[in-house]
Amino acid sequence: MNQSIRRLSVFVMALFVVLLLNVTWIQGFQAEELRESPHNTRRYLDRLREPRGPIVIGESRVAFSTPFEDGNTVQYQREYPEGTLYAHVVGTFRTTGESGIEASENKLLNGTDDRLAVRNFIDILTGEPRTGATVEMTIDPRVQRAARDGLAQLGRNGAAVALDPSSGAVLAAYSVPVFDPAEVTSVTEAEAAAARWEELSEADSQPLLNRAFNETYPPGSVFKVVTAAAALEDGATPESTQPAPAVLDLPQGGTLPNAFSGPCNGGSPDTLAHSIEISCNTSMANWALTLGEDRMREQAEAFGFGREDLEIPSPVAESVYPAGMGGSSLAQTGIGQFDVRATPLQMAMVAAGVANDGDVMKPYLVDRATDADLETIVQTTPRKYSDAVSSQTAEQLTRMMVAVTEGAEGSGRSGAIPGIEVAGKTGTAENAGPTHNWFISFAPADDPEIAVAVVVENGGGSGGTLAAPIAKSMMEAVLTG
Amino acid sequence: MTLFAIALTLGAMIEVSLTRNGEMPPGLFFYGGLFGGLALLAHVFIRFFAPWSDPLLLPLAVLLNGLGIAMLWRLFEATGDTDKGSASNQLVLTAISMAVFAGVVFFLRDPRKLQRYPYIMAVGAIVLLLLPLLPDPIGRTVNGARQWLNVGFTALQPSEFAKIALIIFLAGYMVAKRDALSLVNRQFKVGPVKVLGLPRLRDTAPMAFMWGFCIIVLVGLMNDLGTALLLFGTFLAMVYVATQRASWLVLGLVPFFAACYLLYFVVSHFAVRVDTWLHPFAPGNIDGPIGANSEQLVRGLFAMAQGGVLGTGLGGGQPGFVPEVQNDFIFSAFGEELGLTGVMTMLLVLALLVERGLRTALASQELFVKMCASGLAFLLGFQTFVVIGGVTRVIPLTGATIPFVAKGGSALLSSWIILALLVRMSNNARKPAPQAIQDEGATQVISR
Repeated sequence: MNQSIRRLSVFVMALFVVLLLNVTWIQGFQAEELRESPHNTRRYLDRLREPRGPIVIGESRVAFSTPFEDGNTVQYQREYPEGTLYAHVVGTFRTTGESGIEASENKLLNGTDDRLAVRNFIDILTGEPRTGATVEMTIDPRVQRAARDGLAQLGRNGAAVALDPSSGAVLAAYSVPVFDPAEVTSVTEAEAAAARWEELSEADSQPLLNRAFNETYPPGSVFKVVTAAAALEDGATPESTQPAPAVLDLPQGGTLPNAFSGPCNGGSPDTLAHSIEISCNTSMANWALTLGEDRMREQAEAFGFGREDLEIPSPVAESVYPAGMGGSSLAQTGIGQFDVRATPLQMAMVAAGVANDGDVMKPYLVDRATDADLETIVQTTPRKYSDAVSSQTAEQLTRMMVAVTEGAEGSGRSGAIPGIEVAGKTGTAENAGPTHNWFISFAPADDPEIAVAVVVENGGGSGGTLAAPIAKSMMEAVLTG
Repeated sequence: MTLFAIALTLGAMIEVSLTRNGEMPPGLFFYGGLFGGLALLAHVFIRFFAPWSDPLLLPLAVLLNGLGIAMLWRLFEATGDTDKGSASNQLVLTAISMAVFAGVVFFLRDPRKLQRYPYIMAVGAIVLLLLPLLPDPIGRTVNGARQWLNVGFTALQPSEFAKIALIIFLAGYMVAKRDALSLVNRQFKVGPVKVLGLPRLRDTAPMAFMWGFCIIVLVGLMNDLGTALLLFGTFLAMVYVATQRASWLVLGLVPFFAACYLLYFVVSHFAVRVDTWLHPFAPGNIDGPIGANSEQLVRGLFAMAQGGVLGTGLGGGQPGFVPEVQNDFIFSAFGEELGLTGVMTMLLVLALLVERGLRTALASQELFVKMCASGLAFLLGFQTFVVIGGVTRVIPLTGATIPFVAKGGSALLSSWIILALLVRMSNNARKPAPQAIQDEGATQVISR
């Protein structure tokens, strides 16, 4: 009988070993995942009890935590003094979740990031409470306000993005409609805040959506810059021509007219430069047909289309150049129609790539992070994202785009700034409903400091009249103070 | 050892109080005095009445019981959340349990006596198990399981005592029928190859009866999955110890799993437990209707994750997030506040306790005592596995209590009775053989 008792005892010990291994798995290896689980409400409550680092834009703190007494424990309320201005890009820290930079830089802000480990260790030794890092963003308040004021004046939905072409720093990212973070982040009235968030997330106008990064639109004529880039890289010159009739008969049937119901060069073939200046549809469609789908897509991807990996660190929606098309569709993609989709950020990257001698820099929102002693713990180094075009092509594209704002027949003259050369491109994209109106630009053309993309959703006008003035005021915010 | 266990308990209470309220616990003198005094008394008592008993059994139990009280005190008194229970209640129950413990150790000088009444034990066990089926207000359903008995001032779980009675019955029955069970053999052959040797149908009757009883009555009528699983597991373990034959295990486990499979479709209570075990985070489970969701399980896991390796420190966590944390899920509270290290220690203490029990079985001479001790020790171990395995998602949650630790009068009392039996048995097993006294030139006298 002793034999079987021994075996039984081995079995019981095996049961205990299973338990030991399992608790080790849960508490040692799975703990992190469980703590971050979306179902885990305690993580928010825990975080409400810890001072969270502020988010800084320009000289001011646009998000910070203020302590208040709740019973005998201290809790922290997240405050957003600028209200709607930075709502999308900064994000919100709520009792039921977080978004924007509050989400993507959460670990730095709450102090659990590995890069703060040494700092935290010192705090433990000196008995200081753990504090989160200060996150400094790249946003320029002047440009951001210009974007807000411009879009507010129009009273339409849309988005505006500005980049520093030489570094990729995001200078502005504004999206309409907006919401007030204060309505959804109250800790004392957590239930009302959660209900408000729920209401916003279900609204048809999608006020929570950051259109600048996470919505794609047909780019329309602003995409002609990409088509022209492909042509130049393929060996064409600004003087190379394509037939530019008033209406182009598409290879598989159907027609493609010019926006201004007439031929582009009095019926003769039109030069590439002139086609960009006046935004000629038929010649650019012919360019797309001449270049072929593969060349077109290669060029689009060189600017960042078709790449899902972009995190800045907020996630960005993928922009798409379609594949497997027939000739008619291919011709339409030459003017940014058919299934071409781009985020405003993507089109800003196109402008910035041209501005930066053909190199697209990786966009980024966080300049640096500092700990409680103002020691820098994270500093973003600008990195090249892709080689879009050669510097010669970039120069040629720049000259063509300057003609858009300054040329006698330029389609985007309202984007011009007196005394400063502005390179731009208008776009009026067909879609269900009134047209979307685009403008992309950078300035000064010879030494660009800012690249911009503006889209007005269903504006129904033209890119030159609706979007260009907003882009202009954003550029002016940097260039003329 | 006992002193060390008491000191740990008091230390735990002091830490809770300092962390939560920043002062020494107000009831420290009361709790410390009472619990420490009781434990010391039990220790002294054993010194006198069971001096040869295994010296680890009592301190291990005191440690577990003390940690349980400290945690309950932390959950209720230190937080002011006293409507779900109180630590002083647990302390009183501990006192009663220790008194019963002393009584059993004192009066049951020879555990072999129990062997005389196997059928009384069996009938008693069945009556105890069925008692909660009496109509309200005597029988009571709590959290979906009808396993409670109202006895005026408090509620009892008679199944806790039925377990002990059943083990005694099984030990007696099997010792009597051991030869028949292990030797009589019917061979099943495929060609010349022996596949399985099975006992006669006549001898499998108690097995079939137990199996049917556990499954149908406990699960079907009372929704008491934990007790059913415990009894059946213990039963199989004891049959194996008695017969040393794996065929019995096959004979028991195959229909067991088959029955589980069937139950999944028949008993909704059981199906819910399995579903929430397999997919605790699935949308229909985590936010399902009250009583049929995985919220408790998931929150328990979150609590343990919060604790991580080192824990938040006693009093530093928020175990109140887990519903009914004072019962089965007290383990998650330990996981949160003491971390992986603390939980591992607790598991090791429990493992050690079980192992000392099995050692007692090994050391004993009489077959009945061997059977009884191994059954009781296995019950403690298997019960730990069922509860903690349920809480940590090794097996579906069934509902039982961690021996000595969790809140609950009947469970605590039955744990102490088991301990008393083990202490008595180990004392008798380890008692040195009667010495032959040889005095110079005197006649040899054998004394006992």
